[in-house]
Amino acid sequence: MSPETAVWLAPAIPLAGAPLIALAGRSPNLREAVTLITAALLFLVVLQLVPEVMAGGRPAVTVLEMLPGLTLAFEVEPLGMVFAVVASFLWIVTSIYSIGYMRGHHEKDQTRFYVCFALALSSAVGVAFAGNMLTLFIFYEALTLTTYPLVTHSGTKEAVAAGRTYLGILLATSIGLQLLAIVWTWTLTGTLDFTTGGILQGRASPTVAAVLYALFLFGIGKAALMPLHRWLPAAMVAPVPVSALLHAVAVVKAGVFTVLKVSIYLFGIDFLAEVGASQWLMYVAAATILIGSLVALKQDNLKRRLAYSTVSQLSYIVLGATLANSLGAIGGGMHIAMHAFGKITLFFCAGAIDVALHKKQVSEMRGIGRAMPVTMTAFLIGSLSIIGLPPFGGLWSKWYLGLGTLEAGEYALLAVLMISSLLNVAYLLPIPIRAFFSTAEQGNETPGLKEAPLPCVLALSVTALGCLFLFFFPEPVFRVLSLMVPS
Amino acid sequence: MIADHLPALQVVIPLLAAPLCVLLRWPGPAWALATAASWATFGVAVLLLIAVLEQGVLSYHLGGWEPPWGIEYRIDLANAFVLLIVAAISAVVLPFARRSVAVEIPEDKAYLFYCMYLLCLTGLLGIAATGDAFNVFVFLEISSLSSYVLISLGKDRRALTAAFQYLIMGTIGATFYLIGVGLLYAMTGTLNMVDLAQRIPAVADTRTVQAAFAFLVIGIGVKAAAFPLHLWLPNAYCYAPSVVTAFLAATATKVSIYVALRILFTVFGPAFSFETLEIDIVTVPFALIAMLLASTVAIFQTNVKRLLAYSSVAQIGYMVLGISLGTVTGVTAGIVHLFNHAMIKGGLFLALGCVFLTLGSVQLRDMAGLARRMPWTMAAFVIGGLSLIGVPLTTGFISKWVLIQATLEKGLWYFAVLILASSLLAVVYVWRVVEAAYFRPVPESAAEVSEAPLALLVPTWLLILANVYFGVDTSLTLGVARRAAETLLGAAA
Repeated sequence: MSPETAVWLAPAIPLAGAPLIALAGRSPNLREAVTLITAALLFLVVLQLVPEVMAGGRPAVTVLEMLPGLTLAFEVEPLGMVFAVVASFLWIVTSIYSIGYMRGHHEKDQTRFYVCFALALSSAVGVAFAGNMLTLFIFYEALTLTTYPLVTHSGTKEAVAAGRTYLGILLATSIGLQLLAIVWTWTLTGTLDFTTGGILQGRASPTVAAVLYALFLFGIGKAALMPLHRWLPAAMVAPVPVSALLHAVAVVKAGVFTVLKVSIYLFGIDFLAEVGASQWLMYVAAATILIGSLVALKQDNLKRRLAYSTVSQLSYIVLGATLANSLGAIGGGMHIAMHAFGKITLFFCAGAIDVALHKKQVSEMRGIGRAMPVTMTAFLIGSLSIIGLPPFGGLWSKWYLGLGTLEAGEYALLAVLMISSLLNVAYLLPIPIRAFFSTAEQGNETPGLKEAPLPCVLALSVTALGCLFLFFFPEPVFRVLSLMVPS
Repeated sequence: MIADHLPALQVVIPLLAAPLCVLLRWPGPAWALATAASWATFGVAVLLLIAVLEQGVLSYHLGGWEPPWGIEYRIDLANAFVLLIVAAISAVVLPFARRSVAVEIPEDKAYLFYCMYLLCLTGLLGIAATGDAFNVFVFLEISSLSSYVLISLGKDRRALTAAFQYLIMGTIGATFYLIGVGLLYAMTGTLNMVDLAQRIPAVADTRTVQAAFAFLVIGIGVKAAAFPLHLWLPNAYCYAPSVVTAFLAATATKVSIYVALRILFTVFGPAFSFETLEIDIVTVPFALIAMLLASTVAIFQTNVKRLLAYSSVAQIGYMVLGISLGTVTGVTAGIVHLFNHAMIKGGLFLALGCVFLTLGSVQLRDMAGLARRMPWTMAAFVIGGLSLIGVPLTTGFISKWVLIQATLEKGLWYFAVLILASSLLAVVYVWRVVEAAYFRPVPESAAEVSEAPLALLVPTWLLILANVYFGVDTSLTLGVARRAAETLLGAAA
């Protein structure tokens, strides 16, 4: 298979898988088999592209011309490669997990769930491989719309209200701000292609660049920059696999990925640094990091706590982009992968606890370590990786982000990163510690060993091991990402 | 040769088929004849567009009389495109009409319905085809009178008052238009548009010509339902039979917008319209108010047909705004939205027609939980709604993109912001319907309904899929619209 074929096949596979999943809806086993096969195929196809991109290639295909001069086109560059590999690999794991979770939880409308999931993955891969900003925007919107039925999956009043917040914020920002920024960029430059070094240099005055950059950053609602983060905690009404893969990986990472793409390939980090367009947004990101962590401390519902933690962690990546130097950009790119593995593990654990013990609140989780030793060990690993402690992958991205702040001379931001790590410790570690070392309250004891269904345990073990793996082998990620910034 | 007579055939086919429907009497054959005539008309429209793309402007002299004495049918890209829109919508809507008519119109009047429908089609095509200002008035009256009848055929008794209201407003509009034409004739002694364009500059400074301009613009503004002359529209759309709403919403206002383009750009010329009289000072604020106010009003409607009717008023605002910008990109945006909005609203009103014909109501509360019972219909509505909002990969996105580009090119970024704000209002009113249909429980008292029959679904989905197709491949729509805009603006330069 030529790399060019692989490029368009990647978003096409889950898109083609979706109707097949719908057709197989009558037989759950067949349906889940189709999902797994689709996911595996997607991963293999994405993997095909890795050697090419590592060698510095940028395989590209133009599908068609939508508007004069504006094409629907794909181009694989390092950042998109990392995002696509992470998302497609974790889709396989999540599909395995879903089998255990959805059945264990007796969810209804499971066919719709798997169909929308496949469509969402197709959109996410489309975002990752988009060759220009128009294509990216198309898939970005598709991702919002295909995940909406997943957020409102249960159909309850609460879910519909959450769906409103979700759709309201994501569409309002993307149509109201981002689209404006895109058309503006197009009228200024006459191109929307992602170009190393950016396209806006020399075409936009410092003021225009600053306004545009702000429009982009707040327009990319999926990056959950405060105060536009409310949709993410709202989305937690969705079933756990959705929160795990989509609202810890695919959707939110699509957001920060877009931020990085815009910063690196539309503005160019040198141009950003030169005009200082990102200066004040750096502080918005820093504030989001701290406030997000503080709010997470106060949440008793485990999924909401994790959601606020995601809000905070996403801004690490936004911070990396706004630092406007190559170390920051690389650190941001790495954090896409590192945070993905850590956070998905935590969500998997949260779901497993819910399925096995029907507990959703942190305060109810004392002493559950004896019932669910594997799950809680994985939770501990995920927590340590999010905090950024060795021997887990989360260390590396924080390392490079820290170096980025130093290079930019922003010592205060380095302090923010450190404080945030401490806050991470405060809101994450008590959960596994209490699970293992304190005893459950009277009348709330858990009976012997009671882990979640096997597929769930399998999935969360894989992602926890992934965190460990990424500590020892972060080098490929670093190497491929360093290709994206002009040296 | 028959090919030379295409411009006349475009209008003559439905005109001759209309009385034949009366002769046939039975609903079935009348329907078959109307459909055949409509498809033939569509074929002619396609051939005309191809001919214009290949040969440039076609000039047809009716009865062999040379213009400017005789009536000239003058087909350039702009009206070839409008003819295509009208003929295409009619060709899709008529197959849908059979069942709609069977349910909503007494059987003994069905043949009259088809007769009126064909006359209305004749009128709309005639307006678009002719190059004669007075002839426009004649066809305007043909289409208007027949559409009053069509609207009054609605089952709801309020259809009568709606039709009457439209009749009053429409007649005022048509009269204004006629006064304008009369004044121009008095000053120039000609009715041919091209001829008028050559003679007006000599007398452009006179009050008479300026008054004529005002009469023409206001007259046609009423027919186009341009804010604040839109008051007839919500009731008319709301109470008309389903198929009539779909047909008129997709075509009638579009044709009027086309006439406005002709008056502003061909007859008076952009220099006179935009520099001497500065029409945009009036039209731009009204267009912006229409976009925001009508969208807001739409949010509060409980009748979904009325909701879409207000949305139409807002969408007409987009077209007026694009045209009022007076640049090639702006006019392109206006023209391409003529086509795109016809697809969007045609598809949405047909989907609502499916709902009305199975459920007997288009009230929001009656549509609760409808998506489980009519999944295909509601899926069509959702896609049409997304296109109305302007989500990528739909026609609505293309219109919005070009319109925003046009405003930014002129440095009017705050217009762009308002356009986007109006799209967000569209999200709200579309989602009210989606939430009702998908998340609210079915009311206990609800009648047992199932999916609409294929005869209704196929035309609906045809238009809905057109929204997706032309949202991806814009070479036809945008290409023709841009060239038409260049012709309109270049003709006067």
